[in-house]
Amino acid sequence: MGSRRVLPIAFALLMGVPALAQGPTYGIGRTPTEEEIRARDISIGPTGVELPPGKGSAKEGALAYRTKGCAGCHGATGIGGTAPILKSRTPTNPDVWARGRILPLRAPFATTVWDYINRGMPLNREGTLTPDEVYALTAYLLFINDVIPEDQVLDQQNLAAVKMPLGDKYASLPDWKPRTQRLKGYPY
Amino acid sequence: MGAKRPARREFLRTGATLAGGLTLGAAAPALGQAPSQSPMIKGEREGEIAYGARSKYVTSARIPHGGRPSPDAFGLTFHVASPLQDSVGVITPSSLHYFATTRGAFLPDIDPKQHTLMIHGLVDRPLTFTMDDLKRFPSVTRLHFIECAGNRASRRAKTVQETHGMTSNAEWTGVLLSTLLKECGLKGSATWFVAEGAEEVKGASSMPIAKAMDDCIVAYAMNGEAVRPQNGFPLRLMVPGFEGIFHTKWLQRIKLVDQYYMNYNDFGHLNQDHKTTALAYQIGPKSVITSPSGEQRLPGKGFYEISGLAWSGGGAIKQVEVSTDGGKKWNKAVFQGTPQRMAHCLFTCPWNWDGNETEIMSRCVDEIGQAQPTREQIAKYWNKPYDETFSVPGLDNSIQPWKIARDGSVTNGLA
Repeated sequence: MGSRRVLPIAFALLMGVPALAQGPTYGIGRTPTEEEIRARDISIGPTGVELPPGKGSAKEGALAYRTKGCAGCHGATGIGGTAPILKSRTPTNPDVWARGRILPLRAPFATTVWDYINRGMPLNREGTLTPDEVYALTAYLLFINDVIPEDQVLDQQNLAAVKMPLGDKYASLPDWKPRTQRLKGYPY
Repeated sequence: MGAKRPARREFLRTGATLAGGLTLGAAAPALGQAPSQSPMIKGEREGEIAYGARSKYVTSARIPHGGRPSPDAFGLTFHVASPLQDSVGVITPSSLHYFATTRGAFLPDIDPKQHTLMIHGLVDRPLTFTMDDLKRFPSVTRLHFIECAGNRASRRAKTVQETHGMTSNAEWTGVLLSTLLKECGLKGSATWFVAEGAEEVKGASSMPIAKAMDDCIVAYAMNGEAVRPQNGFPLRLMVPGFEGIFHTKWLQRIKLVDQYYMNYNDFGHLNQDHKTTALAYQIGPKSVITSPSGEQRLPGKGFYEISGLAWSGGGAIKQVEVSTDGGKKWNKAVFQGTPQRMAHCLFTCPWNWDGNETEIMSRCVDEIGQAQPTREQIAKYWNKPYDETFSVPGLDNSIQPWKIARDGSVTNGLA
């Protein structure tokens, strides 16, 4: 262990200062443990690598949708509540964009739906759903929008692979650079 | 000391009565007599020795924006607009700073002793910082505006608070995010970062790493005191010049990643058209006359100082011009103070109103040459007809006209 630590330093000295400059400058802050990071990291990216173990189906999700209070704000069928609608009013429109800004329909990845239910729902009781319930609710919302069949079980392995209707039919994001126009060629 | 105070109060009260008695029947003070004392603020109002309050005669107030009440039926706060019509100087008082929440949220009551910021992901050394830790780092203090993407003028809006009140300007103090990322050892593979708040919805947005390394501030202070709860106490990420939603309040976690993370807020920014998408990050050059503005009234013809605010997400404002004849002739406005990058700047312009009906408006250019357009110019660029249905793509930075009627009343020129 000791020699492993000495070697990079010796190497850095040989190579000059830049390698040393990679180290912390102020030495302020505490290193969190792996468990601590896992517990706080609720960002689920498109690869789904952060997803916890668990599984759920649309049938289980339909039950959770009623028992966890979702229906109270979002309506019994995902339409007609005070909160944003969760099912398209025009589900057969061939243009996905025209079906409405509905998370379980327009999201390019199923992980976006999972992430939001997990971090932000239900209102005022956020963080109380188990991973199984989040998988089930995700499956239910994808099922009522005709994204997956009713009997499909979503889990840690297959969630990120769900093919969403939007696919890659959305605009690429700008490559932002400081001190440049917000849109190249746009004078305003 | 304790024994003296009642005596002094007694004296003051008797003195006041005496003075009142003397003025009875006397319309004007006699020659050489001191003018009578104004009424005093009685006693020491609870807590105001320790923390001051404004005069009861000053009633400038924020209002819920866009017809949605705050707090709403659930107790959630949503969008609340700043009274720009009363603004003087460039600083928005913290109590009047606009605020908005990600989807409508409860304000978290955070104990700063318990609060930490964790930075992790594509870094050599993940680190957790307490508030005390963060205050040990070299700090920066800068003026910056924040503006909500929904800050959009409409024909229905009557006041500048309704057309432009979802922006404010404050002095922010904190640590540069780049300082913290260097402390953690940013990996070359990190291209985006996700910032997350501690409110119950845990609002999170993906932002480009170039922005993090340029000028983002992890801010713990606002206008010389701790950041207010509505604005993110104890910690807020400042992302100068980007739309308001990126300025993550109640900041608790930053994750370095190698792709756009497509969280809920990111999903909200998706668009079909790449041009519109590009316009939804950095805010364009924008200005507005705040005095005189909608629902105010000029008491008569004569001299007025037109004043207003100008800002841009592209840098500092370079020039502001004012027209008092409906846009035919433009006069250079004067800056009060030096315009700062991504901050409101105050402009003024002297004006002699001849009492005739007219329209006043302002336009600006920023340091990288972007110019504030009229709505017609924007419609022309997008090849769209300019009519009642036209909506400015991205954040609306169009010129705001105010109509002055012969009776001195000021109304929205878009109406």
